[in-house]
Amino acid sequence: MPIDFLYPNYEVVRDQSRCITCRVCERQCANNVHHLDKELNTMFSDESKCVNCHRCVSLCPTRALKIVKTDHTFKENANWTGEAIADVYRQAGTGGVLLASMGNPKPYPIYWDKMLINASQVTNPSIDPLREPMETKTFLGQKPSKIERDENGKLITKYKTPQLELSVPIMFSAMSYGSISYNAHESLARAASELKTFYNTGEGGLHKDFYRYGKNTIVQVASGRFGVHKGFLESCAAIEIKIGQGAKPGIGGHLPGTKIVGDISKTRMIPVGTDAISPAPHHDIYSIEDLRQLVFSLKEATEYKKPVIVKIAAVHNVAAIASGIARSGADIIAIDGYRGGTGAAPTRIRDNVGIPIELALASVDKRLRDEGIRGNVSVVIGGSIRNSADIVKAIALGADAVYIGTSALLALGCHLCRSCQSGKCNWGIATQRPELVRRLNPEIGYKRLVNLVTAWEHEIKEMMGGMGINSIEALRGNRLMLRGIGLNEKELSILGIKHAGE
Amino acid sequence: MKRIYVNEKWCLGCHLCEYYCAFANSGKDDMVKALKNITINPRIRIEEHNNISFAVSCRHCEEPLCVKSCISGALSVNDGIISINQDKCVGCFTCVLACPYGCVMPNDDGVMQKCELCTKNAGGQPYCVQGCPNKAIVFEER
Amino acid sequence: MRLEGFEHIPSGCAISGIFSKAGNRFNGEDIIKSIAVMHDRSNGLGGGFAAYGIYPQYKDFYAFHIFYDSVTAKEETENYINSMYEVVSMEKIPTRKVKAITDEPIIWRYFVKPMAVIEAEKQLDEDEFVVRSVMYVNSEIDGAYIFSSGKNMGVFKAVGFPEDVGVYYKLEDYEAYCWTAHGRYPTNTPGWWGGAHPFAMLDNSVVHNGEISSYDANRRYIEMFGYKCSLLTDTEAITYIIDYLVRKQGLTHEEAAQVIAAPFWETIDSKEPEEREKLTYLRNSFASLLVTGPFSILLGFTGGLMALNDRLKLRSMVIGEKQDKVYIASEEDSIRIIEPNLERVYSPKGGEAVIVRLNEGVEV
Repeated sequence: MPIDFLYPNYEVVRDQSRCITCRVCERQCANNVHHLDKELNTMFSDESKCVNCHRCVSLCPTRALKIVKTDHTFKENANWTGEAIADVYRQAGTGGVLLASMGNPKPYPIYWDKMLINASQVTNPSIDPLREPMETKTFLGQKPSKIERDENGKLITKYKTPQLELSVPIMFSAMSYGSISYNAHESLARAASELKTFYNTGEGGLHKDFYRYGKNTIVQVASGRFGVHKGFLESCAAIEIKIGQGAKPGIGGHLPGTKIVGDISKTRMIPVGTDAISPAPHHDIYSIEDLRQLVFSLKEATEYKKPVIVKIAAVHNVAAIASGIARSGADIIAIDGYRGGTGAAPTRIRDNVGIPIELALASVDKRLRDEGIRGNVSVVIGGSIRNSADIVKAIALGADAVYIGTSALLALGCHLCRSCQSGKCNWGIATQRPELVRRLNPEIGYKRLVNLVTAWEHEIKEMMGGMGINSIEALRGNRLMLRGIGLNEKELSILGIKHAGE
Repeated sequence: MKRIYVNEKWCLGCHLCEYYCAFANSGKDDMVKALKNITINPRIRIEEHNNISFAVSCRHCEEPLCVKSCISGALSVNDGIISINQDKCVGCFTCVLACPYGCVMPNDDGVMQKCELCTKNAGGQPYCVQGCPNKAIVFEER
Repeated sequence: MRLEGFEHIPSGCAISGIFSKAGNRFNGEDIIKSIAVMHDRSNGLGGGFAAYGIYPQYKDFYAFHIFYDSVTAKEETENYINSMYEVVSMEKIPTRKVKAITDEPIIWRYFVKPMAVIEAEKQLDEDEFVVRSVMYVNSEIDGAYIFSSGKNMGVFKAVGFPEDVGVYYKLEDYEAYCWTAHGRYPTNTPGWWGGAHPFAMLDNSVVHNGEISSYDANRRYIEMFGYKCSLLTDTEAITYIIDYLVRKQGLTHEEAAQVIAAPFWETIDSKEPEEREKLTYLRNSFASLLVTGPFSILLGFTGGLMALNDRLKLRSMVIGEKQDKVYIASEEDSIRIIEPNLERVYSPKGGEAVIVRLNEGVEV
């Protein structure tokens, strides 16, 4: 039916005067956009197949290629945008749910960009991190509410609750083996190990090759329980119970059978070719007291040696939920904002469910303090941390550490084309095709991750020094170091900050 | 001595090394000017079959058969690098027959060419290595 | 302009302290002389003193020093105190007219003891009972401010230069084994008597020079435990932190100092295992009470005096010793003016707590 025809969103522009027909574009495109016409000895492109991942653009040795947004348009309509119309056509044609991936791309406010950081002048010296110690070491875990002494009055310094030690307050967030490739996982594991921080297996088990990075691994137990067994729980530094994910709060996951091949089937402990379906809720957690039981089952299973993280999506009632979790025995709460990424989610859910992480963090931190239980848990947040300034702001709002997912993938080469669900990632990240997976050499990948975090660490230290703060714990929850810009009274009050100039 | 090594595990078969080689040895300062509308004749070649591919170029052998076989003294070893003096080459193809890797080949003028680790061109560092997007070709001491 | 309590107020300052380890009591003339030398470190917007051992006749009673803005505030406060405490003595604090000291509030003192019945009813220990009622008066009764609430000690403060404040309060009439003094250089305040320093809570009094960059992190953490930082000054936050760590958590002053000015991780890692574990435990468990930014503080408490600098030593502090006397001040000249022949003069390292206590067996 011709009404199903949709003009491609992007056009491939080839400067024929620069093209040397080396065919790298053709060879590197898993979507078969480019081909060589041998008769004319000219490269042609079919933009209808293009996902705008820039693989060809990046590898073209003569910069003959670029991708531009099409100027093809429907009649201008501020309400019925081209995208809204096209979605209707698609669904009228297929009867299916629209799928998307990576984080919510809609133009909602970005509160990070509406907060400004302080610096010292005169009354208080700024500190130069090149000359003075500047500390970013962070411990995650429950803190004792009361010190104890032995019979001789000596302080008992052994923790009853395990602590996770991070050299920088940045961890790699949960991305499963299956949703991302073996090489992507290896890059994350090696980088976490070199950076003395942690990466997260996501729900999908842990490949046997990566058990050796266990000291820097957080394993995830989610509603599908894929890949969970004794050895898995014992291999790690911490266990994360995944309740929800920022990109798709309230729904489960579905890794299609076509991706359950070889080692993925083994690691997930399900037969080759079967769909891996994670239910929307944990079917053993229908209420907060059930969560407490799962927390303690996992602690029992690991002899109380591993901190337990509970990860939730930032939803409307997040502060009350977090307060419940803080009393459930969990050691760490991870909160994922609505801009958090995903390998696949229903578009409408990704774009419309959940709340901004900045507001969620501010209200959770405040609520836990109001109830006097902030020390019961550490708070880790994620959901679109884009740079070091976002991290400084997150910590000043009250976070102990952050999870980065999308930025880590960007470091590995992701160009945010948001087509992960197709399984044809040209950058070798969100794919299981061997010829594509091979494109991500972990030797390059892990170094780029290390570089990114190191660079951010430098910047965090510079900003801390500017504020006259030489230890990250003195920044945590230090909201006087933030001022809002262009925010209304309500937003300021939720964030617990003053407006610039106040 | 630093040599070029290849790792087929990471080779994507993108053939960029060939184009960077051809450009480096073209004597031109612009890749488009050098390679537009020509069939390249690079000194490094991708061998591929099914899903396996890797780049092949001169190994700079410690006991080079090509040098031993050269009847005109055009091939010689200088600081470990096997180089060719194309003025001396008579185009007898003996070296081509002798090289077990197939890394010596005729150029477009009938004399032989081979990888000289970009020591004689503007590249400085081997260009194929710089152009490889996945570190499948490395230049290192082993 | 807004008063203390509406925004966080940074200020620079001068501090000085004198302590007799033998418990010999001496009047306030020396401490006034000492703080007067550092006149230029204050700007006339606040000065004050804390003195320990001045009320031996009432040493078992809490001594409340209170500023009143009005007679109504005084009546309301006295009604409240009478309903909760036995009052053994009350009087107007004696002052003399000094030209430079103006806008005086009504200043009274009361020697009190919580009524046993009420204390039992509230299931609080005596100190906690007192803390809560001080917080109540200061936040709920308009125009009343209890600025001193310890036993056998007292704070005397006002808007003005400290040397004028000393004369105003007739400090030559008080004898203490420990004196601390403060001259204030606030950068942003109209000057309110309650905002002058020392800041005190029970028998802890703090004088502080510096501007802490960790302020809001400290404040938001300490407020979880029932403290209300109503003045929004660094000194108030530091006082509460010490009260929490020492009185509520039961840390020693040394341990509290290892929380407030925790050693760098690098230093901690270089220690012997047992010490390393202890320092790590303290730093991690009370991470949000680490104080950063420049500070030098003098903490007076019953029987002792603690001096502490920030970890980088971004504020000056000098200690002098002569026989049983220990002198601590922002500048050496303000020690020399009262004791030119010191036996020992030194500057403690950043983060190194210097704690002096009364010699064993000395009763005060």
